[in-house]
Amino acid sequence: MKDLVIIGGGPAGMSAAIAAADSGIRDILVIERDAHLGGILQQCIHNGFGLHKFGEELTGPEYAWKYEQKLHDLNIDYKLNTMVLDLSEDKVITATNSEDGIFQIRAKAVILAMGCRERAKGALNIAGSRPAGIYSAGTAQKFVNMKGFLPGKNVVILGSGDIGLIMARRMTLEGAKVHAVCELMPYSGGLARNIQQCLHDFDIPLRLSHTVVEIHGKDRLEGVTIAQVDASRKPIEKTREYIPCDTLLLSVGLIPENELSKAAQVDISPITNGAVVDQDRQTSVPGIFACGNVLHVHDLVDFVSEEAEIAGKAAAEYINGSQSDALSIPVKTDGKIRYTVPQIITRKKDVTVYFRVSDVYKNVSVKVTSGDAVIVSKKKRKVAPGEMESITLKRDQLASVKELYFSLEGM
Amino acid sequence: MYDVAIIGAGVVGGMTARALSKYKLKICILEKENDVAMGATKANSAIVHAGFDAKEGSLKARLNVRGAEMMPTVCRELGVKYQNNGSLVVGFNEEDRAIINDLLARGKANGVAGLEILEQDALKRLEPNISGEAICALHAPTGSIVCPYDLTVAAIGNAMDNGAQLKRNFAVCRIESTENGYLLSSQTDSVEARFVINCAGVYSDAVANMVGDTSFRVHPRKGEYILLDKECGTLVSHTIFQTPSKMGKGILISPTVDGNLLLGPTSVDGEDKENKATTQEGFADIIEKAQKSIGAVPLGKTITSFCGLRAVGSTGDFIITSPKKGFINAAGIESPGLSASPAIAEYITQMLSQQGLTLTEKESYNPIRTSSHAFREMSLEEKNRLIKENPAYGRIICRCEGVTEGEILDALRRNPKATDLDGVKRRTRAQMGRCQGGFCSPYIIELLARELGVPYERVTKSGGASFINVAQTKGGQ
Repeated sequence: MKDLVIIGGGPAGMSAAIAAADSGIRDILVIERDAHLGGILQQCIHNGFGLHKFGEELTGPEYAWKYEQKLHDLNIDYKLNTMVLDLSEDKVITATNSEDGIFQIRAKAVILAMGCRERAKGALNIAGSRPAGIYSAGTAQKFVNMKGFLPGKNVVILGSGDIGLIMARRMTLEGAKVHAVCELMPYSGGLARNIQQCLHDFDIPLRLSHTVVEIHGKDRLEGVTIAQVDASRKPIEKTREYIPCDTLLLSVGLIPENELSKAAQVDISPITNGAVVDQDRQTSVPGIFACGNVLHVHDLVDFVSEEAEIAGKAAAEYINGSQSDALSIPVKTDGKIRYTVPQIITRKKDVTVYFRVSDVYKNVSVKVTSGDAVIVSKKKRKVAPGEMESITLKRDQLASVKELYFSLEGM
Repeated sequence: MYDVAIIGAGVVGGMTARALSKYKLKICILEKENDVAMGATKANSAIVHAGFDAKEGSLKARLNVRGAEMMPTVCRELGVKYQNNGSLVVGFNEEDRAIINDLLARGKANGVAGLEILEQDALKRLEPNISGEAICALHAPTGSIVCPYDLTVAAIGNAMDNGAQLKRNFAVCRIESTENGYLLSSQTDSVEARFVINCAGVYSDAVANMVGDTSFRVHPRKGEYILLDKECGTLVSHTIFQTPSKMGKGILISPTVDGNLLLGPTSVDGEDKENKATTQEGFADIIEKAQKSIGAVPLGKTITSFCGLRAVGSTGDFIITSPKKGFINAAGIESPGLSASPAIAEYITQMLSQQGLTLTEKESYNPIRTSSHAFREMSLEEKNRLIKENPAYGRIICRCEGVTEGEILDALRRNPKATDLDGVKRRTRAQMGRCQGGFCSPYIIELLARELGVPYERVTKSGGASFINVAQTKGGQ
């Protein structure tokens, strides 16, 4: 029996562990599948991490190291090279590694911090052959930054997610030529700063409303056919264009890895593909919490750490039996606002609600209402799906609220 | 000098090699690709047909029924997953009903057991997710599913364990008669054998031409498939066929032995024997027809799509002939080739015997091959005992499919060894899940490089020039 088991030793898992320890929990185990803590941060050797949290621009491994040191200082126990195979609703974790074999641990509380995976090529049904040379951007990042190998020299990137943008620059710095970044949507899903620093600064063309329609090559990729898409995202035949290349990188979305959450009967949101949670990041199963990219995909690791602190602290309260009285205020959205986290508010305390919009909107106001009463209204010059937004609600503003409604209104 | 050379390491070549490895014979299998099961065997519907499709009296009908009968034993001996899930041919109108009645009569004539016609209610009870438009179905309880490349890897592995040799990247381009048999040459190598069996799939007509046999032609028929996530694997439990009609062949929806859902194939005749490209038209065709059978198809759960080439012979039946003494064709082995494969092997063995090949059983012959699924089927105690002996079984490499390092090392070390990334995939299922190798392929490449003794960047996806990485980075090792 453990007080707290945290599944995943990336930024979310480490930050949650530290917050729980800071709240007085001593009997903690972090389970990490890789050979080191830090998760995907270890392969993110570019800088830009920690601006919000530490006021400095760190690389991924540097950011991870700050947390890893803290974990050591607090004597928090962790197991590396260990894969969790199953999690039950009553919080029994089954895991395996080479030393212990397959083992089970029962926990008073569990924090899900497994992160996310990249959407794979198979899911896109692109026509053509299946040669070598097609990788998700994160896999390519692992080859280049962790293994020291270059997956190709002439590159097309499909999708303008942040990893794709980062890899456009990285491949260029390694001497590869990036011919185009194609984005199906009329806007990029990546951060504005990455478009500037990774594409514009290197003269890499961003082809909005374009997609890859055919893959060519037998052994190794020889080229791709791209095409412009119309308003309904269907390729326009006469715009087909062949680009010779030996590599196609995909950055077409991230999917929270919730197989274990589902095994534990945790309710999953069809929009975020992560758990439905309250302000404490507690899931529908009491004592199981979720944070980081397994809950919803974040743009910045700083926000992952912040969210994990909430989960870690709340897990400590759960273990100590010191949770305050429960409310039940659902948080709903109008569709222009695609989702919020949390989706439900169960305790009376200050709450920051994070949300994403479903399209690019300019000069709008974000309204939070309860029935006819406007609780908050916040003006925004521009909102985009690629940038997460937030609104903080004060404890007092939640008094006598039955339901919260987030909407976007033109000005 | 070999007693028997088999050209082609597909399911027919593999089953034949295994059947012959029982006897005191020197056998070699010549395969043009870097691995076994690379042709039609790799990409088909993975069905053991009950046997009601083929025309009464045809070789297809006879060998299908016999092969389907043999298959459970073969799979048990080889440790290959085989699932008797039953099949349904679904009808949507009276025209379909007439076809289904014909299939019933044909099946009975072919000796298929247990066939029955189900009306709408009974059909719905058996398959609740079937479309409300379906009015009746032919139920074949003996219809089954199997994994064709798992079967072929196991058959060839077992043949090799019993002494057969496998030569990869050996594309036969010339065959000459010699005093004792035939000399088969590739661009760089040659072997001599007393007997030759041509199991060269779509190229079997070209191979027959090399000994002057121009009596048949084989052309490729493209079949595209869509594979859905395991979350959809229980949408149907039977293999659901549509009736072959004037409107075309229809497509099937079937669970796979590994728990996915398979939709396909399209059916497009072509000439190019290398063209395995999927097409937008193909996707659209599959989706439209699949919707007819089960209503909405959860396409968002697509894992991958692929295309196979069936070897369609010009005679309409399997072409199992001997144009010259000592040379046997097993050509035009399209559907139900997988189902018939053990029976084809048996048939060829009889032909060889009639042509004077002495078949003396070896005492050392062992028909059993340890299953590649052995680890995952063990109890917790057995697993932990094995992990203690061999810690590699405690380390999961492929998270999506739960494949351990131990299982991958097995695939790299036992007959026929995987020597590329796709070879590991077909033997272990690592990279076959939701992330399609995104996480695990960098680790599997490491294991491949170590076991093959080659640099990391020389590891290929599928042999030849299909390198995964092309160079070291600027600061590389």
